[in-house]
Amino acid sequence: MKLINSYRSLRPEEGPLQSAHRILPFVGLAILTIVFAATSRADAAAVSNSAVEAKLAYCQDCHGPLGQGYRGFFPIPRLAGQQIEYLDNQLRAFVERRRPNPIMSNVAHVLSPDMITALATKFRDFNPKPLGGGPKELVAKGERIFQDGVPEANVAACAACHGPKALGYEQIPRLAGQLYRYIIKELTNWSKERGQNPAKLDTSFIMAPVAHSLTRSQVDAVAAYLSDLK
Amino acid sequence: MKYIRLKIAVLTTACLAVSTAAGHAESLAVRNCTWCHGGSAQGYTPAPRLAGQRPQYVKKQLINFREHTRDNPFSKLYMWGAAANLSPHTVRNLANYFSTIPPKAANDGDKELVAAGRAIYQEGIPDSNIAACVACHGPNAQGVSEIPRLGGLAYTYLKRRLEQWGEGYHAAAGPPMPHIASKLARNQIEALSSYLSFIK
Repeated sequence: MKLINSYRSLRPEEGPLQSAHRILPFVGLAILTIVFAATSRADAAAVSNSAVEAKLAYCQDCHGPLGQGYRGFFPIPRLAGQQIEYLDNQLRAFVERRRPNPIMSNVAHVLSPDMITALATKFRDFNPKPLGGGPKELVAKGERIFQDGVPEANVAACAACHGPKALGYEQIPRLAGQLYRYIIKELTNWSKERGQNPAKLDTSFIMAPVAHSLTRSQVDAVAAYLSDLK
Repeated sequence: MKYIRLKIAVLTTACLAVSTAAGHAESLAVRNCTWCHGGSAQGYTPAPRLAGQRPQYVKKQLINFREHTRDNPFSKLYMWGAAANLSPHTVRNLANYFSTIPPKAANDGDKELVAAGRAIYQEGIPDSNIAACVACHGPNAQGVSEIPRLGGLAYTYLKRRLEQWGEGYHAAAGPPMPHIASKLARNQIEALSSYLSFIK
């Protein structure tokens, strides 16, 4: 308000006609905005329920009927309860070659933003039991590392970013219930799998020093803890 | 003394006879399989190659035959009976034995369909919501654990199995194969089966 008032005071001579002349482009812009908004709503409506259900069933073919993940030749990650922002960012990462993965880049290429939102919302709402399968004897050590970090190796507590229950936040993924082999694969390959497009830096650089500082036995322990966490 | 010696001799002979019978029974179990699956277990239409197959997969299938959850016509006709009386020990031994035999590729698909089959196997068809087989069956169709090796199996066997998922057989096998395979069109099944039949 203060700004508008000072602006007015600078041009005391302005009459109604001039002001209409200045306002008109903004009116036009407002109309355009409304038209665009209406079009994007039409796009959202274009992702029909049946298209979402068919695509969801396709995701479930590999990621499990409730998104609990699957132990294929490659470990196929759990998507159930995952953060919507994280899934959206990763699906874009596959397309933008930040995360090179021949299977998932094909999958992601044909997904519209509205479809991604619809699918991510479906998966966030699934809540199956974790597949588990990590060595039980490593769980206590893994829990210590996750909750307290490894101070002598400058590894911060995972819980600080991923949350005390490993549920994640926005682009920071949920890790609770994630597959044992998948966590190991990601942590031991971090700088070969993530942030691979130098032209498009992303949040994955945050994890790189952590992944490098953890020893293999510490990685195994954290994975064992998370793989059974509800 | 003479009597005791005779007794020992009789006992020894009896033990020998029993152990020979037991050894024979084991080879009989294998021979009972190779009668249809081929002398070196390389398969003989329509009995699939067992050589090089994942032991956990063979074990699970034998249990499925016994429990009648693998229910296509040839399974009913031959395998339900063959698996009915196998002990868990024999099931394990057979599965381990066949997994150690080096597999040979059937090489009997249509060569012109190989490229199309490879594309479906390795990349899937995202526009039609058809998953890439490679994610579970592996880059060389070698399988893992209970997921079968598909590389080098016979064209007709692969084709029939892929068709049968869509025909409602093996419904009890659970996800994901019934859903994935039932979406495949006839020409896609033929392309996949051709590609896989040539993989070594």
